[in-house]
Amino acid sequence: MKALTWHGTKDVRVESVPDPEIVNPRDAIVEVTATAICGSDLHLYDGVIPGMKAGDVLGHEFMGVVVDTGSKSTLKKGQRVVVPFTISCGGCFHCAVQQYSACENSNPAEKQDMSATLYGHPMSGLFGYSHLTGGYSGGQAEYVRVPFSDVGPIAVPDHLEDEKVLFLSDILPTGWMAAENAQIQPDDTVAVWGCGPVGLFAIQSAIVMGAAKVIAIDHYPHRLELARELGAETIDFRSTDVREALLEMSGGIGVDAVIDAVGMEAHGFAVDNMLDIAKQTVGIGADRARVIKQALLAVRPGGRVSIPGVYGGMTDKFPLGALMEKGLQVRSGQTHVQKYTGELLDKIEDGTLDTTFLISHRLPLEQAADGYRNFKEQQDTWTKVVLKPGMEH
Amino acid sequence: MTDSKRQIAGAAAGLGLAVGGLVLGLRAHRRRQGSDRAPGYTARHVHGPLDIAGRSVTIRRPRNELYAFWRSFPNLVDVMENVERIVVKDDDGKRSVWTIKAPGGTTVDVETEVVEDTQDERIAWRSVEGSDIETQGEVSFADAPGDRGTRVTLVVAYDPPGGKAGKAIAKLFMREPQVQARHDLKRFKMLMETGEIATSASRKENTRAAEKEKAA
Repeated sequence: MKALTWHGTKDVRVESVPDPEIVNPRDAIVEVTATAICGSDLHLYDGVIPGMKAGDVLGHEFMGVVVDTGSKSTLKKGQRVVVPFTISCGGCFHCAVQQYSACENSNPAEKQDMSATLYGHPMSGLFGYSHLTGGYSGGQAEYVRVPFSDVGPIAVPDHLEDEKVLFLSDILPTGWMAAENAQIQPDDTVAVWGCGPVGLFAIQSAIVMGAAKVIAIDHYPHRLELARELGAETIDFRSTDVREALLEMSGGIGVDAVIDAVGMEAHGFAVDNMLDIAKQTVGIGADRARVIKQALLAVRPGGRVSIPGVYGGMTDKFPLGALMEKGLQVRSGQTHVQKYTGELLDKIEDGTLDTTFLISHRLPLEQAADGYRNFKEQQDTWTKVVLKPGMEH
Repeated sequence: MTDSKRQIAGAAAGLGLAVGGLVLGLRAHRRRQGSDRAPGYTARHVHGPLDIAGRSVTIRRPRNELYAFWRSFPNLVDVMENVERIVVKDDDGKRSVWTIKAPGGTTVDVETEVVEDTQDERIAWRSVEGSDIETQGEVSFADAPGDRGTRVTLVVAYDPPGGKAGKAIAKLFMREPQVQARHDLKRFKMLMETGEIATSASRKENTRAAEKEKAA
């Protein structure tokens, strides 16, 4: 089959790899009909995530048709499904309490040590990402092996086209959980840093949850325009003092909740090196952690802090005092996708949530490498790339 | 024991199979005094001649099911990566011979006997007298709080082969007992909670289980 494979920094290629097959009883094989490039795929493209191997198949946002099932899969051949990017077993303690992205059993035993050393506990398995999270082959391919297929994939009705439901795999639940983690109340003013796909979905979710005002912060004009179309007020941080503006726009109180949908590219994973690298790169590190620092200072006392943006390492000069003295609540984490897919599918179906506004480009799988380059280099206009195996060139 | 035998033994130290002249019973390594009630194997410094490897996992399955799986030793081949084969030698399943991977594609056989067996609670074993490799270990099963299932604790005592340097080398090949015990317990948990052992291989021939079979 054809698949987008990783070979090094800014080196991804579409090439032929062996077809996947059923390996474990609960597996299914999905023939991919649509898959997207995620902002977090750019971390791999930029070579800043460790634990990658040449030839790894990328992609964690995908959907398609079930073409084969293991003896204990509950899926049926021919079913259309969207597959969550988090691989979750359904049988462990964390799955039982719906903390699916903390699944204890989906990351192979011998691959759990690295993240356990970094974070104190291992991460769960993820599709199409680093071997830190299992090294599972991803969805930017014609076929994918889907483990625990009785827990993750959600069947979608035929009348909803791929582009309406594809983002149930990651960014829609991620934006929704970001808003949920901000514990939005009806009279709230909410500030969202970053108008990429997750930020835009967080804005849309916050409005659905009843926020009185959402303020979006970015510097790309087109992305800010999309935020305005959703109903947000916008701040271009290049031309405005963000903290001053947020204080004024919230009547001097400060915003009730803040959402950091920017994150920071991880800067070094080997635990020995982490502190040194952080010190060596303090200029860059300080810039990159600026969003969460700014958010902590901007939020009102007693306010809420939600962090869907990806962080991987450590940071210096963290305003811990603001966190304590203002009595803030912080919630974060990889998305518990399986917890949200059913509810969000309903909201897509009844028109409460729209996902298609985000898509700027559609390409055949064969042109995936171009997609990566443009998504990286032309962020203003390339807001979301959907790849379609079998699409006419 | 010769040096080379010690090295083989050390590298082969899988779950519950470790090396050394075991003088002290495992229970002596549980702290009973002072203000610290943490398990002995979590101590910063080892007291006595043996290293202790220990690990707990909580498995969301009932105690009797986990005990029964473990007590039927040949089942453990599926979760213990360094064990190629386990053959039970008597009718009550107390003596068994474990064939363990050693460096250079060789194997080593160890005969063990069960020295304590309390149904649904504890199984303890040690190598029989005269065995080239001496080992002692125990696994215990206790109810976890609420509906969290069962807390499984495995403790083995071993003599680190070749001192600290040998231990570092064994660790590099992930055959160091503490690392091996951790991985084996994780696989045990996976099999019990999900019915399968997680692998990221996209094809059967690329799984670790298939590679193990091929090597055997």
